[in-house]
Amino acid sequence: MVDIVIIGAGPAGMAAAIQADECGASVMLLDEQQEQGGQIYRNVLNADTARLAVMGDDYAAGQSLASALDRPGVLRELSATVWRVDPDGTVTYSVKGVARQVIGRQIIVATGALERPVPLPGWTLPDVLTAGAAQILMKSNGLVADNAVLVGCGPLLYLLAAQMCLAGAAPKALVETQTRGDTWRSLKYGMGALRGWRTLSKGLGLIAAVRRAGVPRYKAATDVRITGTDSAEAVMFSCGGTAREIACDNVFLHQGVVPNTQISRSLGLEHRWNHRQRCFEPVVDVMGATRLERIHIAGDGAAINGAKAAELQGRVTACDVLVKLGRIDPARRHNLVRPLMRALAGQMAVRPFLDALYPPSAEILRPADDTPVCRCEEVTAGDIRNYARIGCVGPNQTKAFGRSGMGPCQGRYCGLTVTEILAKENDMSLQKIGSYRVRAPLKPVTLGELASLAETNGTPTVEEDHSHD
Amino acid sequence: MFRRLETTGGDHVEFEFDGRRIVARRGDSVAAALLAAGIKSFRTTQKSGAARGPFCMMGACFDCLVEIDGETVQACAVPVSQDLLVGRCKQVSLSPRDEQ
Amino acid sequence: MDTEFAIVGGGVVGLSIAYGLLNHGHSVSVLDEGDGAYRASRGNFGLIWVQGKGLKQPAYTRWTRASAAAWKDLAEQLTARTGEDLSLVQDGGYVVHMDEDALDADRKKYETLQAELGGDYPFEVMGRNALRSEEPNIGPKVAGALYCREDGHVNPLRLLRTLSAEVRHAGGDVRVNTQVKEIAGQAGGYRLIMSDGSAFGAEKVVLAAGLGALQLGPGLGFRTPISPQQGQVLITEKLPKLMNRPNVEVRQVDEGGVQIGASSAELGFDDRETLETTAALARNAVDMYPALRSARVLRSWAALRIMSPDGLPIYQQSPTHPGVFFVTCHSGVTLAAAHARFLPLWLTGQTDAPDLSMFSEERFRVQAA
Repeated sequence: MVDIVIIGAGPAGMAAAIQADECGASVMLLDEQQEQGGQIYRNVLNADTARLAVMGDDYAAGQSLASALDRPGVLRELSATVWRVDPDGTVTYSVKGVARQVIGRQIIVATGALERPVPLPGWTLPDVLTAGAAQILMKSNGLVADNAVLVGCGPLLYLLAAQMCLAGAAPKALVETQTRGDTWRSLKYGMGALRGWRTLSKGLGLIAAVRRAGVPRYKAATDVRITGTDSAEAVMFSCGGTAREIACDNVFLHQGVVPNTQISRSLGLEHRWNHRQRCFEPVVDVMGATRLERIHIAGDGAAINGAKAAELQGRVTACDVLVKLGRIDPARRHNLVRPLMRALAGQMAVRPFLDALYPPSAEILRPADDTPVCRCEEVTAGDIRNYARIGCVGPNQTKAFGRSGMGPCQGRYCGLTVTEILAKENDMSLQKIGSYRVRAPLKPVTLGELASLAETNGTPTVEEDHSHD
Repeated sequence: MFRRLETTGGDHVEFEFDGRRIVARRGDSVAAALLAAGIKSFRTTQKSGAARGPFCMMGACFDCLVEIDGETVQACAVPVSQDLLVGRCKQVSLSPRDEQ
Repeated sequence: MDTEFAIVGGGVVGLSIAYGLLNHGHSVSVLDEGDGAYRASRGNFGLIWVQGKGLKQPAYTRWTRASAAAWKDLAEQLTARTGEDLSLVQDGGYVVHMDEDALDADRKKYETLQAELGGDYPFEVMGRNALRSEEPNIGPKVAGALYCREDGHVNPLRLLRTLSAEVRHAGGDVRVNTQVKEIAGQAGGYRLIMSDGSAFGAEKVVLAAGLGALQLGPGLGFRTPISPQQGQVLITEKLPKLMNRPNVEVRQVDEGGVQIGASSAELGFDDRETLETTAALARNAVDMYPALRSARVLRSWAALRIMSPDGLPIYQQSPTHPGVFFVTCHSGVTLAAAHARFLPLWLTGQTDAPDLSMFSEERFRVQAA
């Protein structure tokens, strides 16, 4: 039993752990990777100066946070895959094939974001990766791709392009999906955005760097598809009425990130559709508290606001949890949280502008009939539409009818697309359509690992007629 | 095609994929090492036989599945080690019993 | 009247009946809830199972066997009409035992039933070696199995999808995302008032709403003595062929995954899976087939069986609302063929209708006395 179990050692989880330790609580921090940092600061403690120079200041800034975690009060359990969380605070996970459990008086879920699924024709081909994956390969392995095309929209696309330019592997092109209409719509959030001028000027700097490197940008691209037989060979699209084809060796996709809600869904927590970001978010209060007494959620897993905000939110959430544990009193929480909240507001000011400027493209929200939507079970958008015609009014029925979301990724990369398609076909709201029900194991676990947790004297016996038929 | 930013440095580790010797760097995941070695397709899908390789590199998509010690594992989640034996996932063909 | 038959419930039971009635030329409306309903049809294990059925009531054994025997024909007809392969295999199945005494106790029960049925009840006892020659992958802890050649399995989700598509295709009026709020008598039949405020008329009503019958049944003159019984199921990644035949706890589905189930617990309407039960299921499966130890579990789920006090189905016409029928069972897949083939005869009062008096709610009154 520890005071706080924190799931996820990204910016939110690390900051929460540090805050908790500063106030005397015992912490166990679990993460799937071999080292803390999360995806954003992946491998940051081992990066040499050359790699830091390529990845940029925002990445390098993660070093101080990641190294501050080195303190006796924070027990790190790394290479740990969490596959079950119970409302009573029990967290079940596996390390190198061995199942373990820890009980937290309080739990902070800090599992961050996933890339939004990008169901374009050809998105399942080898050599098509997410932009996040391309960054991970640079951060962890110093691997860069020559002859790559970046497809999609959003700040991360520019960051990746700029990093690739610095690494001497400038992309062949940026194929961007945001439209002039999106630009106009974003202007009404311009005043708010000015409060986040630092973020904006950084973004403009990235775009300028990409331009200086001579990388062509194609904006408002439509009919985007990736062609190739056994791997990606070219990106085809229309731009300004002209059909184009760019030969390439790799394609990196990005249409923004969305909260990873697997744990919050598995706990049966309520989720709300965010119209601006077109994704579901767990319902939490400003401190990250959920309706479950022992469960808090911090960082991008609660709402997408980026790494800096996640770090602040991690501290805020830890303060709330510390009050519940009796480690600090509400007055102390107030003092601790006030400056954090102010900084958080600054970080979040630019979001509405960015969300409006870089919305997911219409093509990925309503993929063509023959585009695979569920990568694992190879279910197409047309299949989902057919299931809607024979009565599917929700993702779980779609699962039953056509196996979408039943593969090993458990709906992580098809869930939102299926919700979008069903909402459109049934003319229902996205909130009403809802999402897949998520159950343990949250990640596949061997039967041997699961069996190792069985009570020694509880063999289920089959009564006369308890067949499931 | 992926290439290393730093052409020197790092301890070398050798392992085997599908009978082929692969030279990797210590700290690489199996997925990263295979991509660095120019291997794009790690497996084929059950339903259509389509080729698949890594997609998310963060343990979420399960496209980079390989077989190690008789278990299906995510290549992006397993670090390479000297002489590790990595295979392609067995293709499942289930046919009616009478076909035997 | 808008329709001859209004069927409340769009799961396997309701759709099988709708399919059967449409085949007999009747007009049918099926009323189904939304995505969040309990839906035992989605949690199903997919067995078409004879063993163990009716050990205390031979009429149930006969009804189950009649359905199992009619299944091949149903599957062929559905395949011919829709092109869907339901992956029906009726090549026998096992109840595997780890304990010789338990195996022997089961054998005695089966022998008693066999005698009551005048010898017409097929089963065999297989010792460890006999079983091993059929199922080479069973583990050393297995003592043996009871085998019944009439057992089998099917892809239950494809059955659900195929019935959903075919009932529509055959002219059934299927309404989803709706709830029946009230059923009131009117001249020549009944008026169904829906949750969205709409209403329509039906000559006859079949209540096949699973646990949803608890709301509507009592007002229609039914005792509705049903309660939820939770069952949990695991499924692994797709695996090379590991077993030839299903057993009541473990089966390999046509897509390759191994499905593990057969837990039961009285937890009210709680349909959450638990670590305690899934771990016990896993251990049992690994004992049965040790090669499963390294297989990955992709998903687990829990669903609610609809249990009557004696576990048998209920087929009852309302004593107070003539033309309103209550149909419920926990074996919607096994009984799908009987529901499609024979139940329409009973619902329309044909002379060659099956005798279902043993399955009326009367039996609970007798028990209570």
